[in-house]
Amino acid sequence: MDSLTQKIREIASNILKEGRVDMVIGFAKGTIPMTTKPYMARTPEQVENFIWDKNCTLNLANYITGRKEKIGIIAKGCDSRNIVNHIVENKISRDQLYIIGVPCSGMADKHNPDELRDNCATCTHRNPVIFDVMAAEPVEEQKIDDPFADVKAVEAMDKDAKWSYFEGLLQNCIRCYACRNACPLCYCPTCFVDESGPQWVGKGQNKTDIQTFHFLRAFHCAGRCTDCGACEAACPMDIHVRAFTRKLNKDSLELFGWEAGLDITKRPPLDTFNPDDPNDFIK
Amino acid sequence: MKVIKIDKKEWTGGIDKSREKYLLFGPVKDKDVTNKEHYIFKKLAAGEFPVMEGVDTVLSPKSVIFPQTEKILKSSLDQSQPDHHIMKRVENDYSSRAVIGIRSFDAKALTLVNLNFDTKDYQDPYWCDAYKATTFVGLAVNKPSDVDFSTSMGSGPFGEEGLDVLLVDNGEEFLAKVITDKGKTFLDAAGFNKTADESAVKKIEDLKAQAEKTIADKAKVGTDNLKNKTVLDLYEAPFWDDIAFSCINCGTCTFVCPTCWCFDIQDETKGKSCTRFKNWDSCMFPLFTLHGSGHNPRGVKTQRVRQRFMHKLKYFLDKYDKGTMCVGCGRCVQSCPVNIDIREVCNIMNNYEPKK
Ligand code: SF4
Ligand code: SF4
Ligand code: SF4
Ligand code: SF4
Repeated sequence: MDSLTQKIREIASNILKEGRVDMVIGFAKGTIPMTTKPYMARTPEQVENFIWDKNCTLNLANYITGRKEKIGIIAKGCDSRNIVNHIVENKISRDQLYIIGVPCSGMADKHNPDELRDNCATCTHRNPVIFDVMAAEPVEEQKIDDPFADVKAVEAMDKDAKWSYFEGLLQNCIRCYACRNACPLCYCPTCFVDESGPQWVGKGQNKTDIQTFHFLRAFHCAGRCTDCGACEAACPMDIHVRAFTRKLNKDSLELFGWEAGLDITKRPPLDTFNPDDPNDFIK
Repeated sequence: MKVIKIDKKEWTGGIDKSREKYLLFGPVKDKDVTNKEHYIFKKLAAGEFPVMEGVDTVLSPKSVIFPQTEKILKSSLDQSQPDHHIMKRVENDYSSRAVIGIRSFDAKALTLVNLNFDTKDYQDPYWCDAYKATTFVGLAVNKPSDVDFSTSMGSGPFGEEGLDVLLVDNGEEFLAKVITDKGKTFLDAAGFNKTADESAVKKIEDLKAQAEKTIADKAKVGTDNLKNKTVLDLYEAPFWDDIAFSCINCGTCTFVCPTCWCFDIQDETKGKSCTRFKNWDSCMFPLFTLHGSGHNPRGVKTQRVRQRFMHKLKYFLDKYDKGTMCVGCGRCVQSCPVNIDIREVCNIMNNYEPKK
């Protein structure tokens, strides 16, 4: 058995036995190749179902939103950053959590097992930023010369090319909302697309409505998105929804020097006021 | 039963000929702007041919008969018009169409949806007109995918239910089993009329046995006890929370499913005109059961997950006595982002004995 898997099971079993937590949330093996399933263990016996491999692509912070129990949670770099977001946004409190940090060497692309998935290839926070215990020694962080080369390529397109690129990105979307529901940031009790009084967005396959959903959702994630890739891992139609959130991640970094989910004492930039704001209109 | 032999060299010519009388639909390869490739079922443009290599499509072909968004009624909001605010049926094209390369389990699935939309008391005109206008030309599955468990669910790789013709890929040729008169009419329109010799039937049986064995070797899904379980025992069973834990309540499983039939009605207005649409809906969405009062009888996700499995594997079976409302296509198994696997759930339900 993989040593990380073993260590995770050991820690999980201990904290359950010691009564430190009511449950531990991690990943279990999937029923088809290259899949895993978010799994909750409530007893030391159940921890035997935990595994750790290259297919732990979802973000487990999504499973702690608003929970009241004491929770052990297995967190790779991006999950840990979304846990930070959750603490900052009052979706869970720090002392409810026992965070088992897992240094991550990147998850596999869902169609090419030998390649890293797109977001992992440019990740610079592979080590958990918050944890109670680490399941292994930290890994070396990647040095990426130009982490936003893809966004720059889109920025460089002229207006028409950009628009047709966006239209092309979304042409196969079936509005199943797996991207939104897999995202730990999307915890609104009623999403704006589901609101019926008033109804902001049409519900059919009209392309303007589909685009409205995606553009607005991306803006709702501005300054909060950790580029964990759960949205794309979940999408049955392989839609590159991160094309939108990454533009806003780049803007957050350039305008505010901000990367989401690194520090539980700081609020996201669109949630704060700063007298040194680079924009004139705010003064 | 008659078997026609179609030399693959004559295939495209025949398909082109059939376009004179039929609108054609079939699986084609789609490449998006990020170069990701998928197979999708769509209306074939002139010069476009269905892919006949037995490809898997993420979405089932149900949208050919039951589009995700369909205009059904329209009216004018212009008060100076005598018929303002009176909803009238939208004129849709229901000329003859054929779906080429549909799989047996998908054709069977449509017969199950038909039970819901074409009843003694009610006929959904949009479904009925489209369904009746369609000829289903199936392609037998010689090499079932890893998630295909159709033989456990009353269908199979060579199933004939719901099909008008079953094409079997036999190397250089297709052997076309003519199942209905509708099917014969299509083959005639395509000019496919060479009767195969005696050995064809045997050949089809061999390929069928082989394909069924491939599935039987890996899929062990039991449905035999479902009928005798009581609804409430299953409904109140203790396993639903565990099954539902990982579910994110997206619409994926129901949207990819060939038998999910639920829809929502929406009106949209633009200027002085109003259109009424029918859109796919999903019992996985909390909004699906939200009452005007604000009460939601399926307010938590376990209830929604239970609904989906109970509908597919128990309520439907009890109501129609036509087997399960799952044909074992495996699409939801493949696409569920959190690997909730109906094969496992079905076995859990089938083996469940309530504690007395
Ligand atoms: S998961 Fe994919 S198909 Fe579903 S709504 Fe999101 S982008 Fe569209
Ligand atoms: S079972 Fe899977 S596909 Fe269906 S709603 Fe839940 S997460 Fe989505
Ligand atoms: S429930 Fe799943 S396996 Fe069964 S018919 Fe629907 S999509 Fe296919
Ligand atoms: S109730 Fe759910 S499972 Fe049943 S047909 Fe509707 S969407 Fe599908």
